[in-house]
Amino acid sequence: MSARTEILDRLRSALHDAPAAGDIPRNYRHESGKAEDELIELLSDRLVDYKAGVSVVDEAGVPVRVAELLAGAPSYVVPEGLDERWTALAPGRMVDSAEDPLSVAQLDAAGAVVTGSAAAVAETGTIILDGSPDQGRRAISLIPDHHICLVRARDITGVLPEALRRLDATHPLTWISGPSATSDIELERVEGVHGPRTLDVVIIR
Amino acid sequence: MSSTYLGMPALPAYGQGNLHATEAFPAAAQRELGNTQLRANLGHATHTIRDKRLRVVAELPDWEELRNAGAATKASVMARLPELLEQFEANFTARGGTIHWARDAAEANRIVRDLIRDAGADEVVKVKSMATQEIGLNEYLEEQGIAAFETDLAELIVQLDHDKPSHILVPAIHKNRSQVRDIFLREMPGVDPDLTDNPARLAEASRMHLRRKFLSAKVAISGANFAIADSGTLGVVESEGNGRMCLTLPETLITVMGVEKLLPSFQDLEVFMQLLPRSSTGERMNPYTSFWTGVTKGDGPQDVHLVLLDNGRSAALADEMGRSALHCIRCSACMNVCPVYERTGGHAYGSTYPGPIGAILSPLLTGITSEENASLPYASSLCGACYDACPVKINIPEILVHLRSVDVESRRGNAAGKKKLPGQMDVAMKAASWAMGSGRRMALVEKALPLGQLAAGPDKKIKKLPGIAAGWTQSRDLPAPPARSFRDWWAKERGNTSSKEKA
Ligand code: SF4
Repeated sequence: MSARTEILDRLRSALHDAPAAGDIPRNYRHESGKAEDELIELLSDRLVDYKAGVSVVDEAGVPVRVAELLAGAPSYVVPEGLDERWTALAPGRMVDSAEDPLSVAQLDAAGAVVTGSAAAVAETGTIILDGSPDQGRRAISLIPDHHICLVRARDITGVLPEALRRLDATHPLTWISGPSATSDIELERVEGVHGPRTLDVVIIR
Repeated sequence: MSSTYLGMPALPAYGQGNLHATEAFPAAAQRELGNTQLRANLGHATHTIRDKRLRVVAELPDWEELRNAGAATKASVMARLPELLEQFEANFTARGGTIHWARDAAEANRIVRDLIRDAGADEVVKVKSMATQEIGLNEYLEEQGIAAFETDLAELIVQLDHDKPSHILVPAIHKNRSQVRDIFLREMPGVDPDLTDNPARLAEASRMHLRRKFLSAKVAISGANFAIADSGTLGVVESEGNGRMCLTLPETLITVMGVEKLLPSFQDLEVFMQLLPRSSTGERMNPYTSFWTGVTKGDGPQDVHLVLLDNGRSAALADEMGRSALHCIRCSACMNVCPVYERTGGHAYGSTYPGPIGAILSPLLTGITSEENASLPYASSLCGACYDACPVKINIPEILVHLRSVDVESRRGNAAGKKKLPGQMDVAMKAASWAMGSGRRMALVEKALPLGQLAAGPDKKIKKLPGIAAGWTQSRDLPAPPARSFRDWWAKERGNTSSKEKA
């Protein structure tokens, strides 16, 4: 008998008392009811708590802010679908795509990466990337040491259930809440282990 | 043979691997209690996480509603497990993933080894996984000439020190910074000899040590926190980015996961991703979570496998009272609030799963008749703190009591007709029921009280008791009995009424 058949048989037999699959009470919060300004403020507060950098700018201010954050980096990576205007003021741009991917060594040598995002959760300080063209392959937001992430105000939700409704499960999803961190030595939090050591979130109103 | 269940209850198939204690809990606990460094580190750590957890849980006005949803979801998963597994398999496979089924630890290990060899690799990077620890994968791979590198900082510390994890969330919780520094200086090739014990410097050393491995590894091995049936999605929750490194960069990804980790729908993550981070590290959200559904063209590993593990889970599922132990999402909140765990540490439990959940899960997976694990359900004061802390409301104290009764039954003579030797608890209970069964006998027992006072010595504590009671005094001092029994006092003070009651 195959392992599959045997395990499924065992599990069916273990349920000989036919326990009922009851209804799931979902009386938790599904909406926060917060206005955009409150959401921006809450998200910023949470991200700062995780030691991420936060700036809030209007659309026209993005290129300047991005260039300021990239100052000093000899080169940086962007996914092919990122709006070119946003990095127009910063020299050293390298484009990555699934068809024409940069090598791991090139990503490691790049100082920074600029991506968009699919959604954000204000209450938990979480930004979510789903591999769309403006966010790119998972590797690009992982290997460079500095991640600059652009978040549109309209993509900020209050609580997690709101954000989940906007996502497609079959896309590769990366949820990011602050820079890489460890608390494994005496529970003292240290930012930056294997992921980017610096996370800057630029919120676009 | 068809996979339709024909109504014949199968014999329970128990788990193997790192689930068995090598010695009974009282003996192991006695030894660990002597380690004052361990106890100090643990006390600090569990209290810190506990306070953080309370703070972030208090922030959510709907915490109890989330717990109720989580508990009901898991109960429903257990009731529908075979059907959900088939649904998951169909969805994961449709998106280019491959599923393997493993009856037990040995079968899972062999499957993983063959996959590594097929990929032409002789080393792998690993992200922390309870399931692979349970099946003893690292040890097995080493025997087979394959090097497995743990990449979680705490797991790395434990692996370099040739030690065992003592906590499921912070496996090196029992080591302090200077111990970690000494381990790195001793075991890490090319480490800076001037390394200090500053945690940031130590983390930096581990980054440099592992970076090249990550960027060049061909095969990675992971566990999974969740598997979503309606989409075929797997998820890993982590902090350091070592998980993302393993899940993204290699060509081949092999995930090993217990069959109980399923959730019915993607929507259920809205509950579980609120419950898990707050309960485990006391954070609003952990730094990184990755979800993948089979293979994504041009992004991440193009050869993706999942090994679905039984290894005693079907046996645990068959226990109508105990099956809710399979609801566990391994947050570790129960061990951080457990007074017994706080003093003994994780090693005393023997198994991969320590603390209150381990005290029920290990004997459920191996069978309570497994000699060493039979003492685990007694490794608790039944204070109930674990139940209050558990995000999916597993009633651990109730299951502990249930397993104790199963243990006592099995000593009386189990289904196989084999009678075990009477356990300590059994004998003590018999003696107590004999004495308490009659007022006259009780009076006789009380006569022995002044003798107990003598054994206690001047500080009024009995440090060691002989025979049956020895197990009790091994890990706690027993207050000496009072010089006079209550019955004696009552007889003298309220003489007339009580003398009539004497049997
Ligand atoms: S039993 Fe509950 S509290 Fe303990 S680790 Fe599992 S989910 Fe967490």
